Amino acid sequence: MVETRGTAVEVKLPSRLGFEKVAMGTAASVAKLMGFPDDRIEDLKTALAEACINAIEHGNRLDGSLCVGVILSASDEALEVKVMDTGSGITKTPSKPDIDRKMHGEEDPRGMGMFLIQSLVDEAEWVKGSPGKGSYVRLVIRLAKESE
Amino acid sequence: MQTETKAKVDEVLAANGRPVTVLRFTGDISSTSRDTVLGTYEGVVKSRPVLIDFSKVEYINSSGIALVIQMLMEASKADQTIAAFGLTPHFQKVFTMVGITKYAALHRDEATAIASL
Repeated sequence: MVETRGTAVEVKLPSRLGFEKVAMGTAASVAKLMGFPDDRIEDLKTALAEACINAIEHGNRLDGSLCVGVILSASDEALEVKVMDTGSGITKTPSKPDIDRKMHGEEDPRGMGMFLIQSLVDEAEWVKGSPGKGSYVRLVIRLAKESE
Repeated sequence: MQTETKAKVDEVLAANGRPVTVLRFTGDISSTSRDTVLGTYEGVVKSRPVLIDFSKVEYINSSGIALVIQMLMEASKADQTIAAFGLTPHFQKVFTMVGITKYAALHRDEATAIASL
């Protein structure tokens, strides 16, 4: 097993949809090296994809001149992923998607990204940006969870 | 970076001899898949059950899941039975989390899906 403790890997993505797959692949490689099981790696990939898509679409507003930063930090217990954009951050967390309301046209069929992020990782935190600094979302998956 | 969504429409027979439409998607299902996903569904015969084959889909994100929900909405309006097969265990979990299983059964493979009709 490759020593990953204290390791940080940084990826910069162009603000174009589809490039979230680069972050997914990188995160999967780091998580695999840390010993996460495949199902947790799949959870992380989906959560990270949604975080990157939000950063590309809403944070950077699809501006090709702006980058989305992704920093993966490995410790003994967990993998933390920060996804950074230049936007001001979310103003409120959307409510849990309601499939019945969606099916009846009372709720947008989209708008599930944040719910998926919160549901698939052990910790998710949205940090609003201050003037001149962008905002970020922080995701954490813990190794301890596999032995629970 | 995204793999183009492709769709193929097949017809198979259920055990009772009734024709069943199978929508086979390949590639990614995301926001750019709208025309392929909804356009292909629009063309299917609404009086027959429809199975959606995800076994060759490489990537689905929340925008892609929203397109699946829009297909289910159209199926519901037409009182059409719709089910899916070939999702990975991870995406079976995700589809269950967002409630899709309330409106479409998820099956392991095509044979199981056809047998359920």
